[in-house]
Amino acid sequence: MTNPVVLEAKNLVKYFPTVSKGLLQRSMDSVKAVDGVSVQVRAGQTLGVVGESGCGKSTLARLLMRLLPPTSGTVLLDGADITSLTGRELRAVRAKIQMVFQDPVASLNPRHSVGQIIGTPLKFLKENSASGAREHVQELMELVGLNPEHYNRYPHEFSGGQRQRIGIARALAVGPQVIVADEPVSALDVSIQAQVLNLMEKLQSDLGLSYVFIAHDLSVVRHIADEIIVMYLGKVVESGSPSEVYGTPSHPYTQALLSAIPVADPRAAGTHKRMVLVGDVPSPIDPPSGCRFRTRCPRAQDLCALEEPALIDRGQGHPVACHFPG
Amino acid sequence: MSELVLQVKDLKVSFSTVDGVVQAVNGISFDVREGQTLGIVGESGSGKSVTASAIMGLINRNSADMSGSILLGGLDVLTAQEREIRALRGREAAMVFQDPMSALNPYYTVGKQIAEAYEVHHPKSSKKERQLIALDMLAKVGLPKPSECIDEYPHQFSGGMRQRIVIAIALVNNPRLLIADEPTTALDVTVQAQILELMMNLQQEFGSAIILITHDLGVVAEVADEVMVMYAGQTMESSKVQTLFDTPSHPYTRGLLGSVRSLDNSERGALHTIAGNPPSMISLPGGCPFHPRCEFASSMDDLCSSVQPTLRVLPTTGSESACHLNDDQLLSLGRGVIHD
Repeated sequence: MTNPVVLEAKNLVKYFPTVSKGLLQRSMDSVKAVDGVSVQVRAGQTLGVVGESGCGKSTLARLLMRLLPPTSGTVLLDGADITSLTGRELRAVRAKIQMVFQDPVASLNPRHSVGQIIGTPLKFLKENSASGAREHVQELMELVGLNPEHYNRYPHEFSGGQRQRIGIARALAVGPQVIVADEPVSALDVSIQAQVLNLMEKLQSDLGLSYVFIAHDLSVVRHIADEIIVMYLGKVVESGSPSEVYGTPSHPYTQALLSAIPVADPRAAGTHKRMVLVGDVPSPIDPPSGCRFRTRCPRAQDLCALEEPALIDRGQGHPVACHFPG
Repeated sequence: MSELVLQVKDLKVSFSTVDGVVQAVNGISFDVREGQTLGIVGESGSGKSVTASAIMGLINRNSADMSGSILLGGLDVLTAQEREIRALRGREAAMVFQDPMSALNPYYTVGKQIAEAYEVHHPKSSKKERQLIALDMLAKVGLPKPSECIDEYPHQFSGGMRQRIVIAIALVNNPRLLIADEPTTALDVTVQAQILELMMNLQQEFGSAIILITHDLGVVAEVADEVMVMYAGQTMESSKVQTLFDTPSHPYTRGLLGSVRSLDNSERGALHTIAGNPPSMISLPGGCPFHPRCEFASSMDDLCSSVQPTLRVLPTTGSESACHLNDDQLLSLGRGVIHD
């Protein structure tokens, strides 16, 4: 835990305005996608971000990447504020922080060859000579386990797992410090997921990369992360090391998430006590007052509707945003 | 033994495309009995969804080559008239699809869609009666305030609620067999838990048999009685669920189990993987389709690449396995490596 902080977000907020048109009046609402999230990513380590659809984890990734301007809050890279950079300065930041996307089909241009795809970031972010680029791209292909001879092939000629390797090679092309991976293995088959995860871990130890690893699957995150945050409706509800979050989950939402995972052991299926949440995630346009989880929480009391619980250590050894942790 | 609901024998399905013939399903056989839950596990392209579509009679005979037989409700789906199959659909077998948004018609209220499914098999029912049935089904699948939901449209519901509606449509005619094709894959994990629980409760109530198609071994472990593992359109292994997890008897099953990350296992070491990629269904490798990725194939001389193994019963466990390794070798697959 002594590694220096590479990427830091302080109190990030992102509201997306929505206009709902009534018959006589137009009202302005906003989707509160990320609402006051602070994170730290340390050098050579992995921050795992877990949550279900609509919890704001992808928006958080885009805010960290500076692909979206935050409504308020700051993003620091190596201690320097990058929140309001534009143009040339922003491009210099992009060379240090890169992204791997969920869908390897949609995130690769079908009309560009693999060589072009991996080489493009080099062209824009690094002033490489054209002759060196091809060699560099082929080195990258080899690094991620692709055959360098396939330089001129197109994305459709590769399988899903190989395409995700192309996406990883593209992110690595400019030699970044941080890679933000938004559900990088969710679209892949189980046996292929394991291959890609192993590759990412190997690259991390070889190149000293830091990852922000976003997933809805807690078992993936457990495997790869050094630090985990659990998000619900735009807020962090619990954070800590994997052994803290998985060993002694203290927020009822984390507990429900963990107990919802099907266990690949039929004997456990009978004994495993499941905490099934009732209902659905409320609308992020009009989140519940107080604690946002209270509408589905089995432990909710009057206080929960009145006062929003802060994300602090309440005697659990790690921060939990719950009035009644247990 | 309870009554046989479905009997599939040596089913083969292939499609002609401009690139060549896609051999989607290559000779699979299985039975499903009343009240039983069969899990079909496999990765993308293993032929599991094509199998489901074939059972439902949803594959156009003009575009596909099919052989073998699918006995359902006293008919062979592969040779029956469309009119006869239509009488089976919904009543003998019904299907729940992966994506609940595209399975529902956005232009009709959910009440109308449930009533319509009922009307197909009860053409003489009155509108009032169908309305009551729809209300009853919505309550059974756990929608809050069915009397309000019945007049709402699919987009007004969340993903989990939509999947409940799809299940209501599938069960409205009390089918003997429910085929669920990745019913929870599109859903969040907490909602997945709700839907699986609902399906199991409804199975108790309606007594239907279930075929659950999934890529998630965790889901299979929780709900299935029997498991069939498919790869490249063939059955690799078929076992009781407990046996499959205790003593996997095929190298592919072992690889799949090894790739599953365990929550209890906090070690960060490299995950066990299956090398390589699934084969192209247009040019399947000769012999065993799994041999190019199998860690044991090299020790078997050329047997695995030349001769296709047939399913055989392992007397000790009762599992069926399609592998050239001998019984002792197969039985020792599960030891040490996976459940440690």
